[in-house]
Amino acid sequence: MTLSVTVGVESRRVNAQFTVPEGTTLALLGRNGSGKTTILETIAGLLAPDSGAVAHGDRTFIDVADGVFLRARDRHAALVSQADSLFPSMSVLDNVAFGARARGASRSDARATAQTWLGRVAAGDLASRRPGELSGGQARRVSIARALASSPTLVLLDEPFAGLDLESATAIRALLAETLRGITTVIATHAALDAHTLASHIAVLDGGRVAESGPVTRVLTKPHTAFAATMAGRVLLMGTPESQGIRLSTGELVPCETESVAAGATAAVALHPRDVALEPTGIADVVTALEPHGDLVRVHGARLAADVDPVAVPLPQPGDSVHFAVKLAGSAYSV
Amino acid sequence: MSQSASVQRRAPRAPAAPTPLWVRVLAGVAAALVLLPLLGVVLRVEWNGFLERVTSEQAVTAMGLSLRTAAIATVLCLALGAPLGIVLHRMRWKGRSVARALVLAPLVLPPVVGGLALLYAFGRRGLIGGPLDSAGLTIAFSTVAVVLAQTFVAMPFTVLAVESALAARGERLEVIAGTLGAKASTTLWRVTLPSLKTALATGAVLAFARSLGEFGATLTFAGSLQGVTRTAPLEIYLAREGDPQTAVALGLVLLVIAVTVVVVAFRPLGRPR
Amino acid sequence: MLAAALAAAVSLTACAPDAQPHSRTATAAGDVTLTVFAAASLKDAFTELGATFEATHPGVDVRFSFAGSADLAAQITEGAPADVFASANERQMDAVGEAVREPQLLASNTLTIAVPSDNPAGVGGLMDLENAAVRLVICAPEVPCGAATAALADAQGVTFHPVSEESNVTDVLGKVASGEADAGIVYVTDIARATDVDGVAIEGAESAVNRYPIGALATSEHAELADAFVALVLADAGQAVLASYGFGAP
Repeated sequence: MTLSVTVGVESRRVNAQFTVPEGTTLALLGRNGSGKTTILETIAGLLAPDSGAVAHGDRTFIDVADGVFLRARDRHAALVSQADSLFPSMSVLDNVAFGARARGASRSDARATAQTWLGRVAAGDLASRRPGELSGGQARRVSIARALASSPTLVLLDEPFAGLDLESATAIRALLAETLRGITTVIATHAALDAHTLASHIAVLDGGRVAESGPVTRVLTKPHTAFAATMAGRVLLMGTPESQGIRLSTGELVPCETESVAAGATAAVALHPRDVALEPTGIADVVTALEPHGDLVRVHGARLAADVDPVAVPLPQPGDSVHFAVKLAGSAYSV
Repeated sequence: MSQSASVQRRAPRAPAAPTPLWVRVLAGVAAALVLLPLLGVVLRVEWNGFLERVTSEQAVTAMGLSLRTAAIATVLCLALGAPLGIVLHRMRWKGRSVARALVLAPLVLPPVVGGLALLYAFGRRGLIGGPLDSAGLTIAFSTVAVVLAQTFVAMPFTVLAVESALAARGERLEVIAGTLGAKASTTLWRVTLPSLKTALATGAVLAFARSLGEFGATLTFAGSLQGVTRTAPLEIYLAREGDPQTAVALGLVLLVIAVTVVVVAFRPLGRPR
Repeated sequence: MLAAALAAAVSLTACAPDAQPHSRTATAAGDVTLTVFAAASLKDAFTELGATFEATHPGVDVRFSFAGSADLAAQITEGAPADVFASANERQMDAVGEAVREPQLLASNTLTIAVPSDNPAGVGGLMDLENAAVRLVICAPEVPCGAATAALADAQGVTFHPVSEESNVTDVLGKVASGEADAGIVYVTDIARATDVDGVAIEGAESAVNRYPIGALATSEHAELADAFVALVLADAGQAVLASYGFGAP
């Protein structure tokens, strides 16, 4: 029951392809506007793409070439959208019970199921409220409960933590990790953290296209593309492998282990800014931006970035020439 | 309630946006245009004998007929007009604007012309009425004709109300309901219609008021017979011939009913949040 | 939009389709307008007389307002600027009282049965109208033709079971002409000007006759012209015109 997705929507410049193995969660990682919502809404049945095909197991959702478009009702794919879209004319309880009732459960059975789910999202006391009376975090939790209570075979989450405070987000993250076990899920997010904690696979979206995909840990710690590295909060350096490290095209040597690199392949290492420092000598660069990071400052260059303690080290300004030295690179890998 | 408590409850009101003087003057003229004729009616009423005139058998029969037929017509306008509004909104072809214009035609058609049109369709020699008459079912000159005439002129109100409400809201909720497994009827009953409550109420009130005041089409199509087809406006029209004071009195009653209906129906909207 | 809907709901459709704007102001070149309010059934006869009057009185423009007599009477009482008033029965003339100077009778009108040209119900006389299967439309007793109809029914000992009682004779005629009604009771003069309609004479129709009074208004600014018009109507020439349209002697 693999979910295979190929979606092309010209007006939104989306042309993406990926698969999700059954029972696993795939994170669709990309910036805002990269097409994540378009893809999720296409899978759910809110949108008809210009080209492509979507199939879940032996059920074809969409096949543009053959003119197939399965209506949303028959897809059993629940969508939790950023807008929540709770039904304003009914109570929270009836919202959550909606899916069960729609598939034939009696009102009392459906409401009992709904109350259980509300309890699991820590929103049990909201049952009699109206959607209009809920805060952002509360509405999100109810929306998730509604989606899960409809017994879906596929769950689609569109930025489920957007607009939530830290406490709500943490609670919901833990909830999702627990309840999505074994259900095929696609979660769209711009934060690598969500991919790490909830997903087993990842597809990185850059401008409507999949830049890189694969198992989460591999893609986020050993990315093959600069964009994926950026999304993971790292910087990618590539060059020729030597016994002491990677020789960059500009001549500098990045000291690291190169045993894992295949013969004749390009070597790469994805560096986290905490493993890079500003030194008098090293990789030459020009400062492009300064970014506060907790009590450190992340100094961005065109080629690298380093987290710097502003108290200990004088901060350079954008435009200044600096040198980055790699403190810890770990193992290089083939790309 | 103690005075201090009531002072505490009153939240500070934000000042209203400033209105230029010329707008207020024009608004005053508009109000005068509507209110002066109404005031004229009130002032003309001869209160001496008012009660007798208004409670005479003819008057009561006419008013009862008006209220009954208007109520039935309003229900029909809702039951038929709401689906039409929904279908119109979901039409995806270019003929949509033409279809809408045709459906709303009774709104701008002179009522007498509406009556003629009804005659040509449902009269004894009409498109549908002809065959029906041969089968023994005559619509003209019956109370059914009155309801038909009222529904014809008033339905655009409910159609418009539903269609514009849907256009403003969009249909995302309906699609979400689909993803949760609801079939089309379920979605309509549990999601769409409840969200149209206000629009339906507005449409119903306007349809009722329009039905209550319907005159031209009724006269031309249904005829005028006490207890069967002579609604209040027709009774007033007739009373003017020989008994103008009864006409004024009945007119005042209709006026009060219309205003009351509107006030009661729109009261929830006026309540500040 | 709400105020408009309210106004529409309470408004009564105007029932004077022939009403023309009244103007008493003299137009250029010294033209004078004479305004004549006349019952609807006088329309054809008076239009012809009006043309005659304009021919014999150059510079005078005769403007008519044809409507139900009660409407016209009400307008006169409210001060409408008319010069002459001709009513379909004496009751409406009495209603305006002192507003009209010395009204005189100009014609009479008797009733007849109108049937659609194919006479689907096979109506041959007044007795046939008692049959409930015949869809009969008459004027309501509150209006002149209705009062005459009621008087006729009384005099002839006949009971009607109408499906509709209209407020003016034009509506009765309309329903017969369109085939909605099998028969209607209208004036003899109405048969002449209607198409698709045949007349069936009523024996003893003289027992209920409408008499039409005419008079000049006391407030008229053209008293001489008003009197002249009245005189034309009452003269032999005028009476001949009225007779040609089916009216009887006053």
